[in-house]
Amino acid sequence: MVDSLNTPGRLKLRTSALRAYTMLLALMAIWVFFQWATIDQYHPYGLFLGAINFSKLLQQMAVTGVLAVGMLMVIVCGNIDLSVGAVVGLAGGIAAMTQGRGLVTCLVLAVVVGLVIGAVQGALVAYLNIPSFIVTLGGLQAWRGVILKLTKGATVPVELPVFRSLGRDFVDPRIGYGLAAAGIAALAWSNIRRNRARRRHGLPQLSTVATVVRIVVPSIGIVAFILLMNQAGGVPIPVIFLLAVALAGAFLTTNTTFGRYLYAIGGNPDAARLSGINLKRYILGAFCLMGALAGLASLLHTARVGSASPDAGTLMELDAIASCVIGGTSLMGGRGTVFGAVLGALILASLDNGMSLLNVENWAQYVVKGGVLVAAVGFDMFGRRKA
Amino acid sequence: MRSITKSFPGVKALDGVSFDLNEAEIHALVGENGAGKSTLIKILAGVYPYPDYGGEIVIQGSERRFANVRESEQAGVAVIYQELSLVKDLSVAENIFLGREPQRFGIINWQELHSRAQKLLDELHLSVDARIAVRHLGIGQQQLVEIAKALSQNARILVLDEPTAALTDAEVDTLFGILNKLRDRGVAMIYISHKLDEVFRISDRVTVLRDGRTIDTKLTADLDEAGVIARMVGREVDQLFPAAAHVPGEVVFEARNVTVEDVSVPGKLLVDTVAFKARKGEVLGIAGLMGSGRSELLMALFGAHAGRKSAETLVNNHRVQINTPADAINQGIGFVTEDRKRYGLILDQTILNNMTLACLRNVSGRFLTNDDAETAAGERAVSDLRIKTTSVLTLAGTLSGGNQQKVVLAKWLLTRPRVLFLDEPTRGIDVGAKQEIYTQIRELAENGLAIVLVSSELPEVLGLSDRVIVLHEGRVTGEFNRADATPEAVMSCATGHARRAA
Repeated sequence: MVDSLNTPGRLKLRTSALRAYTMLLALMAIWVFFQWATIDQYHPYGLFLGAINFSKLLQQMAVTGVLAVGMLMVIVCGNIDLSVGAVVGLAGGIAAMTQGRGLVTCLVLAVVVGLVIGAVQGALVAYLNIPSFIVTLGGLQAWRGVILKLTKGATVPVELPVFRSLGRDFVDPRIGYGLAAAGIAALAWSNIRRNRARRRHGLPQLSTVATVVRIVVPSIGIVAFILLMNQAGGVPIPVIFLLAVALAGAFLTTNTTFGRYLYAIGGNPDAARLSGINLKRYILGAFCLMGALAGLASLLHTARVGSASPDAGTLMELDAIASCVIGGTSLMGGRGTVFGAVLGALILASLDNGMSLLNVENWAQYVVKGGVLVAAVGFDMFGRRKA
Repeated sequence: MRSITKSFPGVKALDGVSFDLNEAEIHALVGENGAGKSTLIKILAGVYPYPDYGGEIVIQGSERRFANVRESEQAGVAVIYQELSLVKDLSVAENIFLGREPQRFGIINWQELHSRAQKLLDELHLSVDARIAVRHLGIGQQQLVEIAKALSQNARILVLDEPTAALTDAEVDTLFGILNKLRDRGVAMIYISHKLDEVFRISDRVTVLRDGRTIDTKLTADLDEAGVIARMVGREVDQLFPAAAHVPGEVVFEARNVTVEDVSVPGKLLVDTVAFKARKGEVLGIAGLMGSGRSELLMALFGAHAGRKSAETLVNNHRVQINTPADAINQGIGFVTEDRKRYGLILDQTILNNMTLACLRNVSGRFLTNDDAETAAGERAVSDLRIKTTSVLTLAGTLSGGNQQKVVLAKWLLTRPRVLFLDEPTRGIDVGAKQEIYTQIRELAENGLAIVLVSSELPEVLGLSDRVIVLHEGRVTGEFNRADATPEAVMSCATGHARRAA
C-alpha cells in the first residue's frame, strides 16, 4: 500500500530533490572557494560574500534570472526561445526612446512590446507548427534589425530618474524588514492552511515539530538575507523584481493547471493531447509569458546600464538557457524547476563575479563558464544512468 | 529451426517451436496476435541474439548462432517488416545499398551504385527510377524496393511480415507475381499474414502457431480456411474471465457512418461507414485483426485522429460534435489508449500527475491545483484498483506493465466517464495482472459504465464481451451476441472469410 505517504513529515529524497541539493552544494563550494580566494590584508575573512559584493552579485544576476524563469517555461513545454536577447534590446530601446511620453507609458510599452513579440512567435510555433528553434532564430535577427532601424544605431540615455532607479537603487531597509515579516507570515499561513486541507481530505497531517521546522528554518534564511542586504543599503530594486518573478514563476509552475499542463506537454505531447489538453493554447501562453518577462528584463537592464544601446541584450538568450540547463532543466522538455533555473543563474553570476574579483582574464572566464555548463549536464546524465 | 524457446520476463513467448523451410518454397506462418510469429522471426533475424533463446537454427546443414542482425544477413536471411525500414529522403538506389555502397577509400561510386540498383529494379520489373527519393513512391513500390534491397544482399531466405497490409489489390497482384518469380529462382520465403485468402493463393505450406507452440505444418493444398482457423483458435476460453450475467441498460453512446481516412495515404479508408451502439452496463467487444481499423475507429470517435474523418455521434441520444479529445472528455468518454508508453503515460512524472492529468480541472481546480485534493483522489484510485506502488509519488516509468496499465485506467476513471473505450488493455502484461484488469472491467460494467473493448486477443474479446462486432479492412463483417460468438465464427469474419449479422 501507500506507506510512505503516511509519514509526510519525513525527509523524502526524491530524485528531483536530490538534484536540487547537489546544485546547492555546488553553489556552496563555489562560494567557499571564492571567499577563500579573495582573502587579503584588507579582507581577512574574504571579500566575495561581504554585503557589498554579494549585493552587487545579485544585481548582476537579476536580468538573467528573470529571463531564465521565462525560458524555463518555454523549455519545459518542449520549445526554446533564442530571441530573448534581441527582445531585451528592442523593448529596452523603445522604452528609452519613449521616455518623453511619460514614465508609465515607456515602462508599460516595454512589457507590451515583449508580450506582443512573444505572442507572435508563440502563435507561429503553436498554430503553424514551425519549430520554435527556427521561429526564434529568425526573431533573434529580425528584432535586432528593427532596433537598428528605430535607434538609427545610436545609444539612447535613460533620463527619467525613476526609470534609472529601477536598475540602481535600493529599497529602504525598513521595507526590507517589512518584506521579511510578510514572507514569514505567508510561510506560516501556508503551512497551517495546508495542514487544515490535509485534515479535510483525510490525509495524515504533519506533526507540530515538523510544521515548526518548516516555518522556522526558511524564516532564518529570510532574516539573514535581509540583514545582509540592509548592511549594503537595502535590497536592490532589481533583486526585488527577481524575487517577485521567481516566486510567481514557482507558483505558476507548481500550483496551477497551466504549469502542470506545460510539464505534461513537454513530457509526452501525445499523452497530453489525448488527455484533452489544448497544446496550442498553453505553448502560446508560455511564449507570451517569456515575451513579457523579456520586456521586464529589458527595463532592469536598460536602467542598470543607464542607456539603451543597439547591441544591448546580445547573447542573453544563451545565459538564460544555460541557467536553466545548469539548474537541471531538460532541453527535451518535461523536466526542470524555476528554483533550479534561478539557482543556475546564481551559479553563473557567482562565477562571473568571483572571477572578476580574482582578475581572471576574460578568455579564461569564457572557458570556465562553458566548461561548467557541459560539466553540469554531464554529471546530470551520469547520475541518471546510475539511477 | 528446431525446438526454439524464448522467454520474456513473466511470459514464455515460444515453447519448443520447430519450423522448416525448403528451397524454392513459400511457407506461410499464421497465428493469432501474440502466438509467437514475430518472436520467431526476430530470433531468425538475429534481433534476439544467441544465446537468449533455446533450441537451434540450422541453415543448409550447419547450425548458426547469430549474435546480431548483421550476421543473420550475411547468412542470407532478409526480413521485410511491416514497418518499412527505408530512409524516406534518400533515393531508391541509396536505400538499396545503404551501408554497403560501392566505394573506394570512402568515396562513393555513384555510377555503379545507380546502375546496379537499376538492374535490380529491372529484374523485378519495377518501373522506378533508382535516383528518385523513396518518399515519392507508393507503399507498394516501397515494399518492392525493400525486396530489391534484400535481393542485393543475395538473400536466400526472405521473410515477409504482413507485406500486404498497406497495399491495394493491384499492388498485391504485382507483389505475388514477383514472389512467384523469386520462388522459381530458388529463394525460400516465409510469408506471415492474417489474410487467409492470400495465404491460400501464394503459399506452398502452412504452419500454424498458437500460444508459442507449433500446432501443425501441412501442405496448403491439404487444408481449407476453416481448418486453418480451427487450428489458430483451437483453445478453450479458460478460467481467466469472470462470469458475467447482467442486463444491459439503455444506449448511452452511438456512432453512425464513421469513416476514417489514412493520414499519409489520402483516399485510403481505414474505417468505412461503421456504426455501433454502446449500452450502459455492457461490454461491447470489437474484434478484428491488425490493420482492420479498430484503433483508428476509436481514435476518430475520440476526436484524436489527425487525418480526415466523418462521423455522427450520439451521447444519451443527443447528437454531439466531437472534434477534440477535450470535447470527448466533456461528453463523458474515456479512452484507455493502446501503447501506454506512447499515448497513455508521461513516464518520468509521478503516477499521481499521470492519474489526474485528464481530470485536473475537476479534481483540483480550474486555474489552481490542489495537491491535497489530488493526493486524496490518487490514493483512493491506487487502493481501488490495487495498484502496487509504494507511493503515489512514484515515477510512472518505474512500475511494471500491469501497474502502468492500471494507472492509465485510473486516469480515465477519475474523469467519471459514461463510456470507456479500451484499446488493447492487456497488451504486454503478465497473466496475473491481466486477470485483475479483466475483473475490473467486469466490475465497471456492472456498475453501469458502457465499455467498448478493442483487443487483438480473441479469447479476451470473447471472454469479456456481452456483444461483439467484427471488423475486417475497415468494415463491420459480423455482429454476435455472447452466446453465438464462437472463436471460429468470429475469426471467419475477421479474416474476411464470412459475413454475419446478429
